[in-house]
Formats: sequence, structure tokens, C-alpha cells
Amino acid sequence: MAIGDILVDVQAVAKHYGDGETRVDALRQVDLQVRAGEVIALLGPSGSGKTTLLNIIGCILDPSSGRVVLDGDPVFDGKWLRSDLRRLRLDKIGFIFQAHNLLPFLTAAENVSLVLDLAGWAPEKGRERAVELLDYLEVSHRAPVKPALLSGGEAQRVAIARALANRPRIILADEPTAALDSKRAQLVMDLLRKLAAEQEACILTVTHDEKIFDRFDRLIHLRDGRLTDD
Amino acid sequence: MNLALKDIRHGLFRFVLTCFGLGLLMTVVLAMIGIYNGLVADALAVVKAPAAEVWVVEAGTKGPFAEASSIPADSRDTVARMPGVAEAGAINYQTVEAPFLDRALRLYVIGYETGRPGGPQIIAEGRGIGTSHFELVADRKTGLVLGDTIRLGRNRFSVVGLVEGAMNSGGDPAVYMTLADAMALQTELAPADQRVQAARGAGAVKSASVAAVIVRVTPGADVDLLTATLRQWKHLAALSQTEQENILLASVVDKARRQIGLFLGILLAVSAVVIALIIYTMTMEKLKQIATLKLIGAPDRTIIGLIVQQSLILGTAGWGIGLVLILLVKDVFPRRVVLEPFNVAVLAGIIVVVCLAASGLGVRAALKVDPATALGG
Ligand SMILES: Nc1ncnc2c1ncn2[C@@H]1O[C@H](COP(=O)(O)OP(=O)(O)OP(=O)(O)O)[C@@H](O)[C@H]1O
Ligand SMILES: [Mg+2]
Repeated sequence: MAIGDILVDVQAVAKHYGDGETRVDALRQVDLQVRAGEVIALLGPSGSGKTTLLNIIGCILDPSSGRVVLDGDPVFDGKWLRSDLRRLRLDKIGFIFQAHNLLPFLTAAENVSLVLDLAGWAPEKGRERAVELLDYLEVSHRAPVKPALLSGGEAQRVAIARALANRPRIILADEPTAALDSKRAQLVMDLLRKLAAEQEACILTVTHDEKIFDRFDRLIHLRDGRLTDD
Repeated sequence: MNLALKDIRHGLFRFVLTCFGLGLLMTVVLAMIGIYNGLVADALAVVKAPAAEVWVVEAGTKGPFAEASSIPADSRDTVARMPGVAEAGAINYQTVEAPFLDRALRLYVIGYETGRPGGPQIIAEGRGIGTSHFELVADRKTGLVLGDTIRLGRNRFSVVGLVEGAMNSGGDPAVYMTLADAMALQTELAPADQRVQAARGAGAVKSASVAAVIVRVTPGADVDLLTATLRQWKHLAALSQTEQENILLASVVDKARRQIGLFLGILLAVSAVVIALIIYTMTMEKLKQIATLKLIGAPDRTIIGLIVQQSLILGTAGWGIGLVLILLVKDVFPRRVVLEPFNVAVLAGIIVVVCLAASGLGVRAALKVDPATALGG
């Protein structure tokens, strides 16, 4: 796979929760670069700081110190450099959660097109793209259904469609396959890989799932808040 | 894509139930406003009925509605001859209880001189009282109909006409009869010892007394001057129509009015708290979804829109349901429920303000929520 520009550049990022007696150092001086097209697994024992790192890259958690550059844009350097972090997320970052977190009052298709709505797409264009994506993920037959009626795998694929809808270049996933059986998990990973290649995106996935390790370009280990590249 | 409407449709049954509950609460509020207005309007009905300008009453009293007032029946002649007086009529009030069919009717008997002020202004059905004895014009709320006869004292009276909205400040429906009939009735119904006195001739003066003389002035006449002149008689006092209305509101129905007014205040406060609580809880339940919205990049505008629109829809629906319900049931109340468009509009205003304030609380919590909470489980 062709390796492209650096999309995620984390420089000397540290994060601690609490202070004094209760201080927890979740990340200590982490440096990480991810390039377009790369599919990376973030591994490590529980409490090693995986989610913390993902949330910092996703701009929903303030680092204690360090620098974060996303797609060439410096976004954090001791403080946030942009005031419109949500717009940044809308345009550049796609989240895939362990719990799919679809909005219960919208249909599968609406959950996907909502993102495009927010991004300012014309309604028909948004609907078209949503159906196209769902079709691609083989859940278009469930498009008019509310999330409560979807199976775990279907919901997860709708969530992936939502994360990819606005063609973000940075896709962050926290144990996206935890709720799926191993065959489905592998299918989802294959799909993510394919989409990443097409959209020149990078994927950073937290996972404990050894069965899908062969789907990654790189495995990164976190231990006690430090990266140990393998 | 309107998230507020989609969310409402998703939980439609619950939302409708909430609206309906709120609607019932609004019905109570509107009923209370209507009862309050009705109380005031009913209280004034009896004073407004004769369309008088000046009330001549017993000296040292506040008139027949506030306390007992008794002046000689011939005061009317004296008053009628005064300059500035166009018409004057003696009038008499008493409350009687009379058996009718199988129940006891409580009636407010107004005796007036036919052809002089004091009678009913508008006859809704039938005719006014003629010159003959033992005729009644009754308020519809008495339940009497044209042609009914009812025994009052020693005589049977027949109903020749019906009016609407005539009652005393306690809500007892009124019947009109001639002053002569009314005075005879009063004597018949007086306690036994008084009747003995009257038979001996001692009470003769008393029995020839009336409650008040009502006056309509000639166009351009000075009401203040007239009342001042009337007060010079040591056994008479005079009140202008406005004074009479104020006395009624200030002394007679004042306690009832304050009682209902205070209750209405409490009811409004309770409603405000209930509305605020509903809206706040509605928002709190959605915090995780709001976190998800933030995570996928929804701006504050979208989130505020969701909360404010839903609370306004809820408030409006509650108000509308309340209004429809009260209009359906208001005539079932035994006393008048009077709703002015102004009251209904003010209530709408209050609801909107409460909804906005409550959604303000919700919005504050929603804007504070950390998008990362969407990620946990
Ligand atoms: N909000 C918080 N407040 C305090 N401490 C926290 C908070 N979030 C995480 N931590 C701590 O920071 C450390 C790293 O947490 P993190 O969630 O990043 O671990 P993780 O690698 O994702 O673990 P898991 O595999 O269990 O999800 C842990 O010790 C955790 O207890
Ligand atoms: Mg984690």
C-alpha cells in the first residue's frame, strides 16, 4: 500500500488525571506518527492509556502537555489552537465506538445522513451518499429501520457508515469488533481497510482481538502510558 | 433534518401522555382563573343589573349588599323630586328558601317597582313582570322554566320570564317580583315575634321599608353634587355606582377573592415547577445522545434547537389541551367560569417564559456535557 502524508502527528504528549495523591499518569511523553493509508492497531493491557490516546487524537480530551498536528494542521500546543473543534471533528475525524452509539430516534439511513446534514451537504445528496455507504456495507436493506431493531453487527456497520460518511481522513476506533464474532470482526476490518485505502485515510484501532491482528499494517503497544513499537 | 420532531415521534406515546398530563394541569389553572373571574363578575352582577348611577341607602351603612340597609319606602318620592334625578326606584333584597318539586331552591328575591329602575335589563325568554300580583322573572340557573309555579310564603308565584346572569354575590340565582309582593313576602317570612309585633301595629313602619332607592340621573347632572346633597338627610346615605361596586369587591367578596387569588398563585408556581422539571428531566435523559451529537461534530445550535423546540412544543400542546378541556367543561360548573382571551394569552406567555427558562437549565447542562461520555459503554 502506498504510504502518504502524515495525518496524525503526536509529539511528546503527556496526560495525567487528578493531582497529588490521586494523580494517574495515563500517558507519558508519547510520540506517534500515522500516515495516510496506514491501518494501525493500538494494543496494551487495561489501563495502559489506549482510550486516553485515542481521545486526545480525536480532540475530545485535553492533553496535559505536548503537541498534536492533524492533517498538517497544528491543533494543540500546550493549549487548543482552534476554537471549532467540533467542526474539525466533523470534517477530519470519524469515530467508531465499541457501543455503536447510534441515535435511537433516527433510522439507520438518517443516522448516517445526519453527519452530512451537519457538514452542510444538500439533503438529497446526503441521503444518496448514506444509502450508497450502507449498500457498500451490505446493510442498505436495513436503512429505514431504527437502531433498536438492528442486530449488533448491523448496528456496527451502520456506525461505520456514519463514521465514514463525510470522508474523514482520520478514523479512530475503540474496540470496534468487541461485540462481533470473529468472522464478522474480520469482515469489518477488511472493509475498514478497503475504505481507508480508497479515501486515503488512516485508521487507528484499539483492540484486544488477536484474531484480527493480521489485518493491520502496524501494531503499537502501550504500556504504562509509554509506546513500545514492535 | 429536525431532530426535535424525530425524537418526539420516536417516543410519541410518552410525549403525548406528558402533554396530556400537562394539559390537565393547565385545565386546572384555567379553571381557577375562570372561577376567580366568575366570582368577581357574579358579585358585581347584582349591583350592575339595575344600571343605576346612585344608590340611596340607610345612613351609616354601606348599602344592602354589605350589611342590612333599611330606609322608609317613601324615601323614593323624596329622592325622585330632587334636581338631577331622572328616575328613582325603591328596591328590596332578601334570600329565601322554597321547596320546588323535590328539592329546596335557594333564591335571591329582588323586589322592584315596575316601570321604575331596578328590574331586569334584558329578558331572555318570556316577558317582564306585569301589573298583576304574584309574577316572577327568574334566572335560568334557578332551574325554573316559563309557566312553572312556586310557593313563596303564603302565595304561589308563576314564572313569566327568564333572565340570565342574575344572582347575589354568594351565587344564589335571583328572581324578580314586584316590590309590593316582595315586601309582603318579607313580612310573612319574618320571625314569629316580629309578626306578633307587626300585628299589634308596632312594626308597621319597618314593614314599609325598602333596602335602597336606586337613581338614574339626568344627562349632564353632577353625580357628586347629588350624593353630597342626599347625605345631608340624616337617615340616608348615598353611594355612586363605582363606590357601590368597590364596596362589594372590597368587603363582601374580598376574602373569597383573595383566597382564590392566593390559590391561583400557588397553582401557577406548582405548574411552573412541574413544567421545568419535565423539561429538565427530558434533557437529562438525552445527555448521552447529546454527547454523541457533539462527538460527531454537531454545533451548539443543533443541540439548543433540539431542547428548546421540544420544550416549546410541550408547553404549547399542554396549553392547547388545557384550553380545549376547560372550554368543554366550563359550563358544567355550578357557578360561572369566565375566561377572557386576555387571561388565556397571559397564561400562554407565562408558559413560554417557564419553558424557555427550563430549557435554559437543560441547555446549560447539555452544553457542559463532555463528548467523551458518548464513548463509555
Ligand atoms: N476520567 C478519568 N479520571 C481519572 N483517571 C482516569 C480517567 N480516565 C482514565 N483514567 C485512568 O487513566 C489510565 C488510562 O486509562 P485508559 O482508559 O486510557 O486505559 P485503556 O488502555 O483504554 O484501558 P481499557 O483497555 O481498560 O479500556 C487508567 O489508569 C485509568 O484508570
Ligand atoms: Mg479503553
